[in-house]
Amino acid sequence: MNYTYWILMLALLYFSIGALVVLFRRNALVMLMGLELMLNSANFALITVGNVVDSLEGQVFALVILAIAAAEVALGLAIVINLYRLKGTANIDEFNSLRSD
Amino acid sequence: MDALVILTLFVPFVGFLINGIFNKYTGKKAHWIAVPALGISALGGLAILWQVVNTGQVFENTFWTWIIADKLHVPFGYYIDNLAAIMIFVVTFVSFWIHVYSIGYMAEDRSYARYFAYLNFFVFAMLLLVMANNYVLMFVGWEGVGLASYLLIGFWFHKKSASDAANKAFIVNRIGDAGFLLGIFTLFAIFGTLNYSEIFTSNIAVNKGLLSLALIFLFIGATGKSAQFPLYVWLPDAMEGPTPVSALIHAATMVTAGVYMVARSAPLYIQVPEVGYIVALTGAFTAVFAATMALVNNDIKRIIAYSTISQIGYMMVGVGLGAYWAGIFHLYTHAFFKALLFLGAGSVMHAMHDVLDINRMGGLKDKLPHTFWTFLIGSLALAGIFPFAGFWSKDAIIHYSELSGYTIIFYLTLLGVLMTAFYTFRLVFKVFFGEPRDRELYEKAHESPPVMLIPMWVLAFFAVVAGFVSGWFQEFLTSQLPHAHFEHGEAGILLPIITNGLALLGILIAYFMYVKPVIPSSLGENPIIKGIYKILYNRWGIISDWYEIVLMGWLRSFAAGVYRYFEDLFIDGTVIGAAGLTAATGNLVRKLQDGKYSTYALLMTAGFILILYLLVL
Repeated sequence: MNYTYWILMLALLYFSIGALVVLFRRNALVMLMGLELMLNSANFALITVGNVVDSLEGQVFALVILAIAAAEVALGLAIVINLYRLKGTANIDEFNSLRSD
Repeated sequence: MDALVILTLFVPFVGFLINGIFNKYTGKKAHWIAVPALGISALGGLAILWQVVNTGQVFENTFWTWIIADKLHVPFGYYIDNLAAIMIFVVTFVSFWIHVYSIGYMAEDRSYARYFAYLNFFVFAMLLLVMANNYVLMFVGWEGVGLASYLLIGFWFHKKSASDAANKAFIVNRIGDAGFLLGIFTLFAIFGTLNYSEIFTSNIAVNKGLLSLALIFLFIGATGKSAQFPLYVWLPDAMEGPTPVSALIHAATMVTAGVYMVARSAPLYIQVPEVGYIVALTGAFTAVFAATMALVNNDIKRIIAYSTISQIGYMMVGVGLGAYWAGIFHLYTHAFFKALLFLGAGSVMHAMHDVLDINRMGGLKDKLPHTFWTFLIGSLALAGIFPFAGFWSKDAIIHYSELSGYTIIFYLTLLGVLMTAFYTFRLVFKVFFGEPRDRELYEKAHESPPVMLIPMWVLAFFAVVAGFVSGWFQEFLTSQLPHAHFEHGEAGILLPIITNGLALLGILIAYFMYVKPVIPSSLGENPIIKGIYKILYNRWGIISDWYEIVLMGWLRSFAAGVYRYFEDLFIDGTVIGAAGLTAATGNLVRKLQDGKYSTYALLMTAGFILILYLLVL
C-alpha cells in the first residue's frame, strides 16, 4: 500500500499551515495553536514512518511528544495569560521591550 | 656620588608625586612633605659641592641609555664638575629657604598642596637641567622648568591677567626653545654626539662657521629662558605668580639657566670669540635697556623683575666675554640678594594686603623693621656697594669688560651701575621712608611671621658675605672652565672707586628726589623730561611691543583663517562625518532587531530554509 506517501504529504500540509500561522498571525494564543499543529504533524510523520519500518519506536516517540507538548502548552498559556494581564492584549508585537516601562 | 645624585635629584620628585597625587589628603600639611624633601636635597647639594671641592675631579656616570636612534645615543646620566656643583648648591639652598618662606606666605591659599607640588617639581627639573651630561637631557630639564614656570605664573588661573601672563611666558619661551633645539641639532651635525665630555674633548677639525651658527642658536635659547633682549617681554608679566615663585624661579634660578648653559658650553664659546661678543653686547644692552624701564615703574615686583633682566644682562656680559667665572659668580651672588629682595617685596605685600603700587606705600620702616633691614641689605648688594655681595661679582664683570677692549660694553655696564643704584633706592625710599601715602593701609600693616623672616635673614646674611669668596671662586671655576686670554689684567683700585662712586651717586639722586626733595618736582613738568618719562613708563612703546606690531597682526588673521577653513571644515568635518557614518550604519542595522517576534521568526525560518536548501543541494 502506498498510502504512506499521502499521509506524509498530509503531515507536510499540517506543518506548513502551522508554520504559516506562527509566522503571520499576531495573536499569541493563535500562534500557540499553530505550534501545536506543527508538533502534531511531526507525530503523524513519526507514526507513519514507524509503521513502514515495522517498529514501535515511532509510536513511543509520538507519545513522548504529546506529553511534552501538553507541558509546553500549559507553560505557554500561562505566559500568554500573564502577558495579557500586563498589556491588556495578546498581540505579540506589543511585547517588544525587555524593560517594564 | 651616584647615591648623592639620586638623593638630591629624586627626593624633590618624590615630594612632587606625593603632593601632586594625594593633594586632597595632604592639604594644609603639604609643607611637611615638600620642605623636608628640599631639606634632604639641599644637604645632598652641599655634600656634592663638598666632594667636588675636596677631590677636584669631574664626576660623570651614566645610569642608562635613554635614546638610541642610529648614531644618536642619549644617556641618562650626570656630569658634575665645579660649575655644576656650584649651581646645584645655589639651586637647592635658595630653593630650600624659599620653600620655608612659602609656608608663611601661602598659608591662606586654597591650593596649598598644589603649590608645593609645583615647587618641588620645579626643583627636580632645574636639577636635571644642571646635572645632565648631554644637551638633550639638559633640554628636558629646560622644558621642565619652563613648564613649572608656566604652572606657577598661572597659579591663580582664575585671574585672567595671571593666565595670560602664563601663556605669554610659555609662548615667548617656545621661540627661544626652538633656537635651543636648532642649536642642539647643529651641534649633533658637527660632532655626531651630544655628550658634554665627548664634545668638549673632541679634536675633530671644526668648521668655525657651522659652530658659530650652533652657538648663536643656543644663545637664542638662552635669551628666551634668561629674558634677554628681545625675548625679555614675558618676565615682567610673570610677576602675576605668587611672590616666592618670582623669587625662586624668576630671579634666582630658572632665568639664570641661560647663563649656565652658555657657561656650560664654554669650551665651544671660547673657540669663536665673535659669538661671545654678540652674547656680551646683547647682555650689556639688555642691562641698560631693562634698567631704564625700572627707573619709572611703580609696581614693586615689576621694578625688581626689570632689575633681574638687567642683572642677567651683566651675567651675559661676563660669560660672553669669556670671563665665565665672573658671570657665574654674579649668578651666585645675585641668587641670594635678588631672592631676598623678592621675599622682602612679598613681605611688604603681605603687610599691605597685596597692594603692589609703591605710590600707596611709604614710611614702612618702623612698621616692618625686619623687612626693612633685610631689604636694605639686599638693595645695597644689588646696587653693588662695597662690601656687599653684588659689589664683588659686578665689579669682576665690569673689570673684564674694561680689559676686553670693547669700550661700548664697558660704558654700558657703568651706566647700568648708576641706574641700578637709582631705581633700587627709589624703591627703598618710596616704600620704607617718608610719610605714609595711604594712612588706612599703613595702620593695618604688620610684620610677617618668623617663618617668613628667618629665610629673609638667612639670605640677607649671604647677601653680605657671599662675595668674600671671590678669590677662591675664581680659582675654583677657572681650574676647569676655560678663560679668555685677557683675564690676567690687574684689578686696580680705580675701578671699584668709580663703580662705588656711581652707585652712591645713584643713591643720592634717589635720596634727593624722594626723601629730601632738593631736586624740585617741578622738573617733571619740563616737556622733555616729561616725554622721556612717558616713553620709559610705556616700556619704550614700539620697541617693547614690536612683536605686537610686526607679528601679532598677521599671526592672528592666519590663526583665524586656519580656524575657519581648516579646523571647522576639515578637522571638525572629519570628526562629525565619522560620527554621522557610525550613526547611519547603526540605524540601518538596528532595523534587524526591532524587538518583534514575527520578524525574528520570519528571519529564523528563512535562515532554516536557506540552510536546508544548501544542504540538499
